[in-house]
Amino acid sequence: MFDESRPIFQQLAEWLEDGILRGDFVEGAPVPSINELAAFHRINPATANRAVALLSDAGLLEKRRGLGMFVTVGARETLLRSRQQEFATHFVTPLLQEAGRIGLSRNDVIRLIEQENQA
Amino acid sequence: MTSQIPAIEALHVTRRYGNTVALDNVSFTVPQHGIVGLLGRNGAGKTTLMSILTGQDRADAGSVQVLGHNPYEHPATLGQITFIRDNQRYPEDYKLRHALEAASIFHEHWDQALADRLVDLFRLPTKTGIRKFSRGQLSSVGITIGLASRAPITFFDEPYLGLDATARQHFYDTLLADYAEHPRTILLSTHLIDEMESLLERVVVLDQGRVVLDTDVAEAKAQYCQLAGMRGAVEGVVGSAAVLRRHEVGGLLSVVVASPLTEHMQQAAKAAGVEASPVSLQQIVAALGAADQDVAAA
Repeated sequence: MFDESRPIFQQLAEWLEDGILRGDFVEGAPVPSINELAAFHRINPATANRAVALLSDAGLLEKRRGLGMFVTVGARETLLRSRQQEFATHFVTPLLQEAGRIGLSRNDVIRLIEQENQA
Repeated sequence: MTSQIPAIEALHVTRRYGNTVALDNVSFTVPQHGIVGLLGRNGAGKTTLMSILTGQDRADAGSVQVLGHNPYEHPATLGQITFIRDNQRYPEDYKLRHALEAASIFHEHWDQALADRLVDLFRLPTKTGIRKFSRGQLSSVGITIGLASRAPITFFDEPYLGLDATARQHFYDTLLADYAEHPRTILLSTHLIDEMESLLERVVVLDQGRVVLDTDVAEAKAQYCQLAGMRGAVEGVVGSAAVLRRHEVGGLLSVVVASPLTEHMQQAAKAAGVEASPVSLQQIVAALGAADQDVAAA
């Protein structure tokens, strides 16, 4: 489930974010507990705790005393905005770099995107 | 037992066997509650260190404390410790139940239900004598005792020898689930680093009796990176960074360097056509264990 690209806690944080974006974890509803996350992903609970702390610090999760962590209202919108901002760096730039390396022009790339979109 | 007292504290521990220095001025501290990996090559000193920490051997110099006491001949401290060795012997006529009963007497937190569940998961034979157990079955007995003892300080010395993939998965899952419900301090030595890395919170790496790394797992990985490509290009990017390991074939070179994978290094690598990547904990430990040999040979 995780790879060597980044620390596990960051990858788990992203996994939780993806779950919120997909609607697996709904605003106002709880996310799995630290121990459940650790057991499911077979990771140390301290690592799971760090991932949840990242989302909590970003205001995406909130603690409800005695009940656990819940998805904050507005979390999905916040995530969508930040992912949209990162889209160019994470996807468009590498796409154009690879296109340049293999001799595809900007117009070729645009044509391919339109083709793919129709398929 | 207040939580401020470290679970384990070793200060300048040295142990010699004749002319061999098994442990050379080893110091490290493990706070209470955590799963810590004790890593390093065969002969690095892991078992010697565990033997001293569990009061089965004594340091020639330096001191160890477990929960604030020297464990050597200190029954109250020894009662808080479980040590699962890879070569545990049992009396000739022992069956599984005798081994479990003996363990339950020594450990006040013993959980029979957990022991029963593990016996079931590992499919351990109950009627056969332990002397007829296979290597993997002996490991399963050790793991069952180690986990069901629920000792505040638990040592596992390569607990997985001979275990099949399913049994290892049962071990990891049960370890995590039981640790989550009953937090304690678990120090385990392993060579299956790729497989067990995600269970660990911290690592202590020994090489030739010395501590060469003692840190959080994520931190450890942030301190190293790997560069690979044409030799000249790689050497250019390495610059003055310390090289731990060189792997050279023809004109190709890959190195593990003691340097974070910074933005600057990534750009330099890209410009030079060199592949820069993070390294796994296993690669770091392998590199630390070969550092002097590889670089000297180059």
